[in-house]
Amino acid sequence: MPEPMLAIAGVNTHIGQYHILQGVDFEVPRGGLTMLLGRNGAGKTTCLRTIMGLWRASAGSIRVDGHDITRAATPDVAQLGVAYVPENMGIFAGLTVEENLRLAARAGEPDASRLEWIWRLFPAMKTFWHGLAGNLSGGQKQMLAIARAIVEPRRLLLVDEPTKGLAPAIIANMVEAFRELKRTDTTMLVVEQNFHFARSLGDTVAVMDSGRIVHTGRMDALAADAALQTRLLGLSLDAHQ
Amino acid sequence: MKKDWTPLALVPVIALVALPLVGSAPTWVTLTVAGLAMGMMIFMMASGLTLVFGLMDVLNFAHGVFISVGAYGAATVLTRMSRQMEAEGLASDLSAMIPAVLAAIALAAFLGWFFERVLIRPVYGDHLKQILITMGGLIVFEQLIHVVWGPDIIPLPRPGTITGSFIVGEAAIERYRVAAVVVGLAVFAAMWLVLNRTRIGLLVRAGVENPEMVESLGYRIRRLFVGVFVAGSGLAGLGGAMWAMYQEQVNAQMGAQVLVMIFIVVIIGGLGSVGGCFLGALLVGLLANYTGYLAPKLALGSNILLMVLVLLWRPRGLYPIGKA
Amino acid sequence: MLFRLLSGDFPRSRALTVVLIAILAGLALAPFIFPGTRSLNVAAKVAVFVLLVASYDLLLGYTGIVSFAHTMFFGIGGYGVGIAMAKMGASWGALALGIFAALALSLAIALAIGLLSLRVRAIFFAMITLAVASFFQILASQMSPVTGGEDGLSFRLPELLRERLVAYYVVLGVALALFLALLRVVNSPFGRVLLAIRENEFRAEAIGYRLVNYRTVANCLAALGATVAGVLYAIWLRYTGPDTTLSFNIMIDILLMVVIGGMGTMYGAVLGATLFVVAQNYLQDLMKLASGSLEGLPLLPALLHPDRWLLWLGVLFILCVYYFPAGIVGRLRR
Repeated sequence: MPEPMLAIAGVNTHIGQYHILQGVDFEVPRGGLTMLLGRNGAGKTTCLRTIMGLWRASAGSIRVDGHDITRAATPDVAQLGVAYVPENMGIFAGLTVEENLRLAARAGEPDASRLEWIWRLFPAMKTFWHGLAGNLSGGQKQMLAIARAIVEPRRLLLVDEPTKGLAPAIIANMVEAFRELKRTDTTMLVVEQNFHFARSLGDTVAVMDSGRIVHTGRMDALAADAALQTRLLGLSLDAHQ
Repeated sequence: MKKDWTPLALVPVIALVALPLVGSAPTWVTLTVAGLAMGMMIFMMASGLTLVFGLMDVLNFAHGVFISVGAYGAATVLTRMSRQMEAEGLASDLSAMIPAVLAAIALAAFLGWFFERVLIRPVYGDHLKQILITMGGLIVFEQLIHVVWGPDIIPLPRPGTITGSFIVGEAAIERYRVAAVVVGLAVFAAMWLVLNRTRIGLLVRAGVENPEMVESLGYRIRRLFVGVFVAGSGLAGLGGAMWAMYQEQVNAQMGAQVLVMIFIVVIIGGLGSVGGCFLGALLVGLLANYTGYLAPKLALGSNILLMVLVLLWRPRGLYPIGKA
Repeated sequence: MLFRLLSGDFPRSRALTVVLIAILAGLALAPFIFPGTRSLNVAAKVAVFVLLVASYDLLLGYTGIVSFAHTMFFGIGGYGVGIAMAKMGASWGALALGIFAALALSLAIALAIGLLSLRVRAIFFAMITLAVASFFQILASQMSPVTGGEDGLSFRLPELLRERLVAYYVVLGVALALFLALLRVVNSPFGRVLLAIRENEFRAEAIGYRLVNYRTVANCLAALGATVAGVLYAIWLRYTGPDTTLSFNIMIDILLMVVIGGMGTMYGAVLGATLFVVAQNYLQDLMKLASGSLEGLPLLPALLHPDRWLLWLGVLFILCVYYFPAGIVGRLRR
């Protein structure tokens, strides 16, 4: 069993006087896509932000590819090869698409062949290359946010609700893009509310509730067990469709 | 968010509306040049404040101290250079002016570095404490200026090349004002180039919008903070030196005196926006000169009226920046 | 009885109690134990500034918002009395009218500023109040036929108030009564909501408090307190002018007093104002001595020059913000 890309053990996070994460344990296997599911307010976003160093864990340990990043500052986590797509996408609206991507390429200019690949994944990026990111549609902004995260090869991709507020056609495009990313062996941890999306992409799954992990396992096993879904997520696949 | 040109039209509109009101074309030219010059100097003093605010969310009430210190720095050098000042000609004037301006920038920048490091760093993210701490800094450093340079107003000589006026048609134009416009434009152009053509500029623009995301991309925003703070303080020093030469005197309160005007410019422009700040400064400068001629009693309050009108039109300023 | 008077908010420290009783006794007996015009002036100024600073603390300490318009309301009170007395003569009716008009104007402005700009961020409110206050300063200096411009207005008071002793006790009595009223406000359910908002904006809003409404009411109460302080100061000085009420320097003085005395503790206003006014009047004498004795050393005499007393209060201010957020009162209560 190779070492997992991301190993989280006993992580607690406080925000002000609130105890949000209350001992989170799970692992993200190397090269796979792990879905982090759970109800609103379960602590999924806080979990990603804690990994990224945007909130400081008050206890526990977080390791990325063997490096302990529990107390690391955000830029150090990023330089270790962790890319983050926040829920609000965090694109720079006043910068052009090109500038958004150039900023993400820490080496300077983005690699030409990698750009070609990104343009194939998200053709809109090429169309609006010199347009202001703020003028993009919601779906295009999400594509830009993901493109920015993968403009250079990364060890681990953290994506918070990539399908939030997107039209079904755009979601289909997004599924294709994630499939392509999986082919490149990028390790991903994706927070999702859309179970259909999660089921079609996830290899493994972790489910959170009230600041704890309440279930981990194979995605296909959870997808096949309607009773477990109802218990963990309060919904069945049929109801969600 | 399209490219938004409407606010840019305000400058020519105000100038053109003023023309029939003023009545005489030569007077109008004189007033317009004076207004532009004043605007450029205000821009230099205010640009650092708006950038620091945009990037770090710090509103520095002590910004006025950098302005005063720049002015004193320039005055100190110029009064020691009386030999070059008395000599005729551009070369000797420049040999006094350049060291004076450099001293102003260096002194203010150093003070800015000290300020960021010692006073502001412990209170990032706490607006209430920031306002209080920078107010405290204003009090203490204004007093320290008295300790170092004495309590009296220092008269500041201007070199001969930029004293007096020249006549274009029937309009008298003060040389110093033209010089101020040239320096102001150069500073604005340099800032524009740095912000739009360099990687640091890219980082600053991104950081003004969303500092957290810049960190998440792997950049240390703290270093950027320090750099921008120091640069902004240096610019305030330059503006202070120019302003002092314009007033031909220096006193410790001058920074605090222009502070309200600078705040108004920053609010009008949109907190954090350099372009908005430039535009706001020109508007305030022009309006101050036109109303000073047309209705002197209104002149002092004109910029506040302008601010109210702008905020009624655009509640977040002419060019609001990403974050609310 | 004492419990009701102090609204149950006792000093909670023996040292603080002693200091407060000493200040109160000193103010109450000032005309008898500190004879002389200068010391009576100091005592009256302390009383006025206790009220002014306490009303500011309602904003800064209890509500967590920074306003630079407090001197404007102070000035409105002063000019209300000044203009009424100077234009309408020294009658009680004119005095009442002046006070009433000042209070109404302050209330209207505070309401407008609050509703327009308290929705936005603290920083924006600070800048807006600064701009509005400086506009008022300009207005007062430009409308010289009414306000006396830079020279201000000297005026005569109704006969009874011309008696210094009477005037002094009126000032002290009103200031004390309003201070106790402010103490009641901060210890009322309303005051507790203000604290809840200061501690956690999001949570208070989530619980269902309308932030803007609460802050606006606090802003109005603070403005009225400052206006009354301005009225009292004008009555005491029989003069009102930009330098005694509207100037930005007074705003800085108020900030120093609140922070050094202790933010969010009404008693801090008493200590801060007393310390500051006494320092303003007597610290300079002390520094003159110190500066003289250090003659010949480099820089030190300049730092201890009597005119540099504000430097040291400024340093104390910064130290307070960093290390003693509850100021002197906080230290005494430990």
